[in-house]
Amino acid sequence: MSREAKPGISAVAAKGWFGAHRWLLLRRMSQLTVLACFLAGPWAGLWILRGDMAASRLLDTVPLVDPYILLQSMAAGHMPAATALMGALTVAGLYLLVGGRAYCSWVCPLNMVTDLAAWLRNRLEIRESASFSATGRYWLLALMVVLAFQGGTVVWELVNPVTMVSRGLLFGMGFGWSVIVGIFLFDLLVAKRGWCGHLCPVGGFYSLLALASPLRVRAGGRSRCTNCLDCFAVCPEPQVIAPALRGEETGRGEVISSPNCTNCGRCIDVCPERVFVFGTRFDK
Amino acid sequence: MSDRRDMTGKGISRRRFLVDTARTACGVALFGLGVGLYGHRQAAASAPYALRPPGALPGRRFLAACVRCGQCVRACPYKTLRLAQPEDEAVTGTPYFVAREIPCELCENRPCIRACPSGALDPQLTDIYQARMGLAVVIDHETCLNFQGLRCDVCYRTCPLLDKAITLDAQHNRRSGKHTLFLPVVHSKYCTGCGKCEKACVLEKSAVKVMPFKLAKGEIGHHYRLGWEEKEKAGQSLIPEQLDLPDRMPEFVQPSIEELKL
Repeated sequence: MSREAKPGISAVAAKGWFGAHRWLLLRRMSQLTVLACFLAGPWAGLWILRGDMAASRLLDTVPLVDPYILLQSMAAGHMPAATALMGALTVAGLYLLVGGRAYCSWVCPLNMVTDLAAWLRNRLEIRESASFSATGRYWLLALMVVLAFQGGTVVWELVNPVTMVSRGLLFGMGFGWSVIVGIFLFDLLVAKRGWCGHLCPVGGFYSLLALASPLRVRAGGRSRCTNCLDCFAVCPEPQVIAPALRGEETGRGEVISSPNCTNCGRCIDVCPERVFVFGTRFDK
Repeated sequence: MSDRRDMTGKGISRRRFLVDTARTACGVALFGLGVGLYGHRQAAASAPYALRPPGALPGRRFLAACVRCGQCVRACPYKTLRLAQPEDEAVTGTPYFVAREIPCELCENRPCIRACPSGALDPQLTDIYQARMGLAVVIDHETCLNFQGLRCDVCYRTCPLLDKAITLDAQHNRRSGKHTLFLPVVHSKYCTGCGKCEKACVLEKSAVKVMPFKLAKGEIGHHYRLGWEEKEKAGQSLIPEQLDLPDRMPEFVQPSIEELKL
């Protein structure tokens, strides 16, 4: 097995296993905690989050609504009730603060599926990958709003694998599992990081929020970088790293400002030189 | 094919840019076409059969408003409502119920409506008896026991709007010649579509079925005026007295002299 198939070996040597998996573990805990908050209701009668990841109520009081779904609903011609508008603003505001696509890496249940596919792809050293533009997500994002407008229904929710996972776990999966398996196989065999990194319009929507979000990863210790490329190997959006990491000669800042960065913190984990840290957009 | 300019120039070549853009647009459009067609087919095929929760906006308007969160399903104390899975008859992720399995109990505090964040279940429906989830139709006269002259009456008895939404219409039983048929008749003015009649029907398969309004309800010509209704509204007949001609019955109905003698 080549070295690239196991990124993070030198980070484990430098920082210990926990040090080299800190953010990954926190992230998995976050994802599972969110799921548990949803599942505690139907499974144990403890209603923390009631609903699914399209919309819910926190402790039966605070409404939470996926802003992208609400946008489509409005495009389809419905003026949502105040509860839904407030819920969508709450969610949008929250992710605006913590980095847009933090939803993707810290909350979305599909992330565990696509991360597994990416990990396995690396392990099996599957190098072949269909290459297509990562802007596809924005096209899809817009297209789904247009389709909602034209068809008068929230079309995307018929196939949206993001809500299908949570809805499936909470209300019964049905054939929904086939969509999830399909995405796993697509990411594993067809295109590297194909779904989350190229196509998912939900992630695309949160990327738009990330354009203004203060919480960002910063390549603060970039002068220590030894070019081991481990961060590129684990990053779900590897193109976002280079401008900050290699920006010293071009005079670019240390902050990873690309809205496609999911704030997953995996680069922080695998770097033996402790190049990356969480910081803010305003750091120099 | 040379993309040498990619290497020499600062950005990508115009040709490469156009090809990439066209490729992405094409792929996305194909995907969108698939999703769009699937969506329209699903909405069109399932709309007629799915019974929606009380207060649901009509037809497509519900599909535009519902965010597919299932909070109404969670709020339903009788587990009447369910959230459609991809293979179900209703549009994926939307709430519906199957009357024959668990009908709507018409909770007066409307928990499902109050749980809905989007207004897909109309909060202005404050009186649950104004709900119009569908319309009960006594669809099979060949098996309905009351149509056979028996006194089943179960649909009539179980209706939450007894003697309003379903009444029993007394008709002569021509088979026996001396009994009365009590035919269940549904009145759309009152029927909420709760489905308790369909659930209660004693047959192996219910002779009364709740159907969405689109399927169940006719609509009279807008120019039609029913004489007896107009007469009632006006308080008198709208046309002058008619010449009353003697009634002439067809011959076979006229009693023969022999019969009269009996």
